Amino acid sequence: MDAFLHQVFAGLATGGIYASLALALVMIYQATHLVNFAQGEMAMFCTYIAWSLMNAGMGYWPAFLLTVAFGFALGVAIERLVIRPVRHAPVLSTVVVFIALLVILNSVTGWIYSYTIKPFPSPFPASSFLGNRFMSPHELGSIGITFIVLALLYAFFRFTPLGLAMRAAAQNPESSRLVGIRVGWMLALGWGLASAIGAIAGMMIAPIVYLDPNMMGGILLYAFAAALLGGIDSPGGAVLGGFAMGVLENLLGAFVIGNELKLGVALVLIVGVLVVRPSGFFGKVHVTRV
Amino acid sequence: MLLEVKDLHASYGSTRVLHGIDLGMEEGSITALLGANGAGKTTTLRALCAMVKTTGTVSFAGQRIDGRATEDIVRLGIAHVPDGRGTFANLTTEENLRLGAYVRRDRHAIEGDLQRVYGYFPRLKERRAQQAGTLSGGEQQMLALSRALMLRPRLLLLDEPSFGLAPMIVRELFDILRAVKQAERVSMLLVEQSAALALDFADRAYLIETGRIVLSGTAQDIRRDDAVRRSYLGY
Repeated sequence: MDAFLHQVFAGLATGGIYASLALALVMIYQATHLVNFAQGEMAMFCTYIAWSLMNAGMGYWPAFLLTVAFGFALGVAIERLVIRPVRHAPVLSTVVVFIALLVILNSVTGWIYSYTIKPFPSPFPASSFLGNRFMSPHELGSIGITFIVLALLYAFFRFTPLGLAMRAAAQNPESSRLVGIRVGWMLALGWGLASAIGAIAGMMIAPIVYLDPNMMGGILLYAFAAALLGGIDSPGGAVLGGFAMGVLENLLGAFVIGNELKLGVALVLIVGVLVVRPSGFFGKVHVTRV
Repeated sequence: MLLEVKDLHASYGSTRVLHGIDLGMEEGSITALLGANGAGKTTTLRALCAMVKTTGTVSFAGQRIDGRATEDIVRLGIAHVPDGRGTFANLTTEENLRLGAYVRRDRHAIEGDLQRVYGYFPRLKERRAQQAGTLSGGEQQMLALSRALMLRPRLLLLDEPSFGLAPMIVRELFDILRAVKQAERVSMLLVEQSAALALDFADRAYLIETGRIVLSGTAQDIRRDDAVRRSYLGY
């Protein structure tokens, strides 16, 4: 029973990371109807920036905040310089751009930092009152951070005029322009936020999977499965999907199929959801009159 | 002159729709744009807000606005109620209204204006927490109009507010438009297919046929014109 609960709680901790990244995917999807395949590599690159800052002698939390700000700026810059010029291009061309971004960020990181695996610190003490029988302090702490991020995002989109304008711009760009919203900038802001969320997710997962340029490959796959499971256009669904994905992956890995085949769960889930219920559990079913 | 349009051309891709429109509006006036389906009425309104490609000059309160972006034109005080209403279907009624005041910086006055448009349309107040997409057609038209009023516009562009609504709702809507005209000192450029309705409401009118102005004058003169009577008023 203890082993089972331990797996469930560990699953919730990584699930929080999947939830954050899935949310980042959903945010970009809602605004552009595209899935950003480079989301994981952007997060990985930001995590390396955090590593550099700490290596240069900065404390954890200042480095954390600076990295989040860097992640935001990176997202805005990528939207302005790379995505915006191809906004009228066919979907496939945009997908190629995303994949190019993924490959470029991956190789540039490998070129700067080498492909050697590096340890990444956790801000939470190795043992303290935070931990208990089932969860390490880092797992508990990263769940806490995930919830703080989700609560802040919710408050931002729900209660601020800027958040409202971003929701409006994603939903109906033409009407948004008619009330004076600068739709292009809302999109860039969305990319910035998604990238900043990714940076936090990267810093939270790095102590568990260690820092290397390919660290986000599998994680993005889980996040993608989570987003699909919850419904690719439903932020709340993506978060729930993320936690469900984390627990499912851990339980199946520990008791059913073994750790080696864990990633297969994500793939099976992706195919399964697309075949059985393409809108996910909380997504909207889109009906088009032809 | 509040609005002055000279030699306005507009096209969708390679299809030219407007072939040199000239029109003018005085501050505080209500002008109707009449014409058959496809004559270019909606395109004229869209051209004023830079929502289509245009050539020609458009001046608003003495400033050239042609060539500016839609979101900048809104900031000058031109509110557009588009055809199809353009409500944000997944947002609540109140969120839609707040978006109408998005470019305003006078936070305190916005709350007062919200109550004022609820005064015009009590039904919207009842439904303020409801998603706009679930409102009836008439309520959505009221919401679209209210959202435009939240800008405190100097010029209101109304694109077929009567479209698809029951006659009773249309009458209610125009009664409120009259009240708005009395209370708000806002000028209106009204596009309508129903010429009788528009000529009752407006001070002046222009008649568009295939992208050109063919007739203009006071609402009374236009109503008396034989050709207009036969083709658009039907008696």
